[in-house]
Formats: sequence, structure tokens, C-alpha cells
Amino acid sequence: MGIQNRESFLNNVAENLGRERRTQDVKRPEWSVNPQWDVYRDFSQDELVDVLEKQCEVIHTDFKRTNKENLVNVLAETIEGFDGNSIVAANDERNVSYGLVGLFDKLHQDGKEVHIWDPNFGNKNREFAERADVGITFSDITLAESGTVTLFNNKNNGRSISLLPRTYIAIIPKRTIVPRMTQATKQIHEANQEGHNVSSCISFITGPSNSADIEMKLIVGVHGPVNVCYVVVE
Amino acid sequence: MSIKIGNAPFESRVQDGIKNDFMRKAVSSAQGRFRSGRLVAAEELGNWEEWRTLGEEIRSHTLENLDYYLEQLSDEVSKRGGNVFFAQTAEEANEYIKEVVKKKEAKKIVKSKSMVTEEIGLNHALEEVGSEVIETDLGEWILQLDEDPPSHIVTPALHKDKGQIRETFAVKKGYDKSDRPEELALFAREQLRQEFLQADVGITGCNFAVAESGAITLVTNEGNARLATALPDTQISVMGMERIVPTWEELEVMVSLLTRAAVGQKLTSYVTSLTGTRLEDEVDGPEEFHLVILDNGRSKILGTEFQAALHCIRCASCINVCPVYRHVGGHAYGSIYPGPIGAVLSPLLDGYDDHKELPYASSLCGACTEACPVKIPLHEMLIRHRQIIVERENKAPKTEKMMMKGYAKWASSPAAYKMSTKVARPALKLWTKDESISSGPGPLKGWTDSRNFPAPSKQSFRAWYKERQKGGSYNGNPK
Ligand code: SF4
Repeated sequence: MGIQNRESFLNNVAENLGRERRTQDVKRPEWSVNPQWDVYRDFSQDELVDVLEKQCEVIHTDFKRTNKENLVNVLAETIEGFDGNSIVAANDERNVSYGLVGLFDKLHQDGKEVHIWDPNFGNKNREFAERADVGITFSDITLAESGTVTLFNNKNNGRSISLLPRTYIAIIPKRTIVPRMTQATKQIHEANQEGHNVSSCISFITGPSNSADIEMKLIVGVHGPVNVCYVVVE
Repeated sequence: MSIKIGNAPFESRVQDGIKNDFMRKAVSSAQGRFRSGRLVAAEELGNWEEWRTLGEEIRSHTLENLDYYLEQLSDEVSKRGGNVFFAQTAEEANEYIKEVVKKKEAKKIVKSKSMVTEEIGLNHALEEVGSEVIETDLGEWILQLDEDPPSHIVTPALHKDKGQIRETFAVKKGYDKSDRPEELALFAREQLRQEFLQADVGITGCNFAVAESGAITLVTNEGNARLATALPDTQISVMGMERIVPTWEELEVMVSLLTRAAVGQKLTSYVTSLTGTRLEDEVDGPEEFHLVILDNGRSKILGTEFQAALHCIRCASCINVCPVYRHVGGHAYGSIYPGPIGAVLSPLLDGYDDHKELPYASSLCGACTEACPVKIPLHEMLIRHRQIIVERENKAPKTEKMMMKGYAKWASSPAAYKMSTKVARPALKLWTKDESISSGPGPLKGWTDSRNFPAPSKQSFRAWYKERQKGGSYNGNPK
């Protein structure tokens, strides 16, 4: 295994390009234009929240805005609204500071099943997520233009949480909002250059799953979540 | 080689397409919506031309340095625990994948939609070793149940109506509900969820690999690619060797161009970047990862006047604006790559013998070139193909041979060749009556017999489009 057939393959590529193999010193040129940086340039954080809210209509996603004090109530209400009786959530450091730990206790007391992702449980995590009604994670970077939450999936934030349940709720701390994907990939590029390992999975999620494969009619909810709600926290 | 679909001659494929009334309506309404989606999205950006320029610059820099970036990519994937196999041919790729599957004793394999695995005929190869391969993209699943080839690279089952789909589900899977698209999709969700949970191997294509960190990026809407890479223990991704970008910063630009050009979404529901195997203590993701990088005729295109054809990001914009595709549908091309890009690419990858009519399946109106987000001069390449066929290969039917002698003359001087767009319009004029073509040369004739085909517009496509199309934006499904 490892890397196979590389030398002959790449030598052939170089030969067809009509030059010697290039193995170093290739620099990205300065592109003649960079329109990606002009989008929502100089927008304030509040203006970006407005952009995000508007985009949520396009992507069939519920949008709520609240503050830290009220977050727990808004989440409880949202879960209720989606008939959520079983809930799976990422084991995020922010669960404490945003009061989610208390919320999970309360949901539990109300007779709901709550599971916080825990690597020690192995595949049991996924089995729970498969039958859960609601998955909850924080957004690490939020893209206003497209209405996208970015997750750096890891051992505490399994890919299944935002994927298997019928409903997905993303908590969006307001300061995670940037104009568009440009700012997010710049961060990833720079982190990579500084020697940080990129996550095994980076998920850019924009609303519920959908398809237009049957007569070009938009169907919301195919393999991934059918409902998505974003909660922006001041 | 599986680029070619079926053995029916071009004439009869064209006739089949024309006689299939549902298909023609579906294609034409799809084209309308795809187009309006793209134009609305382009308009929103305001500076679409700048974006296209940037896209073209990125693609040509990457292809010029392809050996460098592929080496970097394979090193990075390897650092993250992945295996990389460079496959010169379809056979080599299939053999390698079969070996992996055999070693894993994999019974069930889930696939998410991928043109390149269609290109190499992977499903067939895997069935030979006794594995069950399940296509999980809704459109592909429908086609698989029905044993029908795809007709469009973004919405592969475009030629089927919901009644036909209901019937397929009923016969093949015992479905007994209505033909409402939502209900059909829900049924697919339930059926396929079980397959995902039981699968031993997940197979995907790759929209863009990121050389600097070894990430494989999948651009999807349904969520099946996420399931196919999160749940099975083994992941195999197959990529055409040109589907690569230098860094995350270029990834972003190419993804933005792809989703906008394909159907006018700012981003699709899922853009998923996967690197190597799952890390310690992670539950989801594969413990074994294989990246197969495929040449299969691509390197022959490098260094030629057709090199820019490898810039293609498979957005299908050129297909969605093509008046010929509109009339004959995807299957008429007899290639898994239909439309203008298919007419350019199929002869390059698979030789002129089986695809010599394709460069003629074009009115040379230039709409494809104008629509392409990475500015591939598609219609100029089609003219060049015709020239080659006529002059070197001597394969064109008589009428084209005479007509093309003319093209060859104009095109033999570089300046004249540059003007080929302008040349094309007067040339077709020969068959124009009352602004519609009632009988055209060669393959054109096949469908001008039954439908009048609008003459190439004297206006530019964009101007024509603005006048005629007033549709809302559409949120569809590019993959
Ligand atoms: S040739 Fe251009 S327009 Fe056609 S599919 Fe490729 S990138 Fe899209």
C-alpha cells in the first residue's frame, strides 16, 4: 500500500507538458483579480447577521436570534417544536459557558433521552444518533452569504450528530459569522501552514439535505436532516 | 472503456431522443431553470466575469504544474494514513479497487455519485468479484434499479417522469405509495439508510483535492456522500488527475464557481472536506482510506491545443445552454459525458472512432463557451475537432467533408481561427430558412426532419437570454 506508481505516472505528466518534472519551487502566482474579497467587505457583525437571516429563507432553514441568557429557553422551545424526544449533542467546551449542561439535565428530567457524544462509547454514539430526533452542535465558522455553518468534526463532535437525526440545530455564536467561505478557507490555509493538522472532516453545512432528481422538483430532506434551525447568540 | 454508452448508431440515438416527448420537455424545462439559476447567481455577484477570469487563471496554473501538485497531494494523504494509487488506465484503477474490496471481504458497497467511476465502469468490475454495489444518489439509485444510463451529469435521471419512477420502485422494491416526489424520496431515504449502516466500503468521486493538506472535497446536496464516508470502515475515493487545487484558498473559489454555475446555489447543502483516515478516538470516518488518481487518457491532452478541456469542473453549464442537447437529450451523445464538453472530451479520451459525430452535434452558436465558468473555448475546440476529423482521420460523412473543407481553409491561419465564432454563424446560414433551420447537414438532419431548429442567433447568447427568460431562482442539485 502506501503510494504506488507515482514516479512513472508523474514523469509521464511532465513529459506531456513538454518539460522536466517539477518537484519544488512552484509558487502560486498573484491572481490578476480577487473578487471573492469584495463580497460584504466592511459589513458590520450586525449587518452580517441580517444577511444570514435573509439567506435562511432561501435555504429552507429556521432562523432564531437570542442572547446567552435566553438561549436555553429558545433551544427547549425549538426541540419541542420538532417533537424532539431524543437528542444527541457534541461534547463541546462551550456547552458549559452557554448553559447547555443545565438544559440537558432539564430535558432528561422531563423524560427525554439525551446523549452527549463520548469517544468511550464507540459505535454506541452512532447507534444513538441514528435513532435520535435532534442533533445539536455549535458552528465554528459561519458564512453569512451562503447561510453555512462550518464544523471541524473531531472525537467530541462526531460527523453523525449533524447528519443522522431528522432535525439538526446549529448554535451560532455571533462572532463566528464572517462574510463568506473566503474567510473560512483562509483560516484553514493559515493554520495548515503553521503546521496544525487539518480536521479529518470539515463539514460546510447549508440548511437541510435536498434533491431535485425527480422531475427537477425541489425535495427538502433526503439522506441528511429534513429540518434545520440556526440559533444566533449575541 | 466505458465512456461510450451502447452500440446504437448516432442517427438512431438522435431519433430516439427526438421521439421521446417527455424527455424533450423535461430537458428543455430543466435547461430553463438551470440557466436562470446560474444567471441570477451570477448577477448577484455583480462581477461574474472577474470570477471567471480568476477561475481560468487558477485552473491553468494548476494544470501547468500538475505533476508538482499531485506529488504534494499524495505526500499529504500518505502522512494522514491514506494510501494513494496512481492508475494509468481504467483497468489498473479497477484492479486496484477490486483488490482492496477482496481483502476487506466486502459484501456491500455504497457509492455516492461520481462521473469518474462511471467512466471506468467500476460497478461492473466490482460485481465481477461478487460485491453488491449500491448507488445512493437519488437519481443514480433510480437508474440503477432500472438499469438505465445517466442522461445528464448533474441530474442523471432527468429523462424519467415520476410515474415511471413510482413504477420502478413498485416493481423492484415493493413500493406501494403515491408518485409524489416527497414520498418517493422518503422511501429512498428509508431503504438506503439501511444500506449505509450495513456497508463495508464507501466509494466516492472527488470534486476537488487540496494539494497543500491532502483533503478530498465533495460538493453535494442530498447527504449521501457524507453517509458513505462517515459510516463504512473503508473509504475509496477516485479522482480524475486534473481535479485538484493548490490550497484551500483556491478550493473556495472553485467551489463557489461550481455551485453557482451548476444551478445557481451560493453553496450546496454539503461541502465536505475529508482528510486521510479517522483520527484516534474518532468514531465516524474510515479506518482505511484509499485515493485512486486516474489518468485514463488525460495526460495525452496535456501539452496540446485541447489542454484547457482539462480545466472542466463538471458544472454542466455548457450542457444546460446547448440548443442541440435540448433537442436530442443526453443519451444521443452515446457517451457518459454529453453536451458540448462531452463532444469535446469523449473523442480526446476515447478516440475519434466511436465519437466522430459528436463534434458535429453543435450549432457552433458559442453559448457553451459563454456559459463556462472557467472559460473553456468549447465551440472553438469543436471546430478544431471537425478539422482534424476531416483532414487527418478522413472519417466525416460526405456532406460534412465538403463543408469542413471550408472550415479547414478559414482555420488554417491563426487569425482566421480566432474568428471562428463569427465564421460559424454565416456558415450555418446556408441551411437557414425564415430564421429556422429546416434541413441541416448530416446528423443535424436527423432532428431537423421532425422539428424546426432555431437558427443561431445574431445576438449574443446573453442578450438573447435577457430578452427571453424571466424566471425565478432555482435551488437545485449539482453534485
Ligand atoms: S466545460 Fe465548462 S461549462 Fe461545461 S461542464 Fe465543464 S466547466 Fe462546466
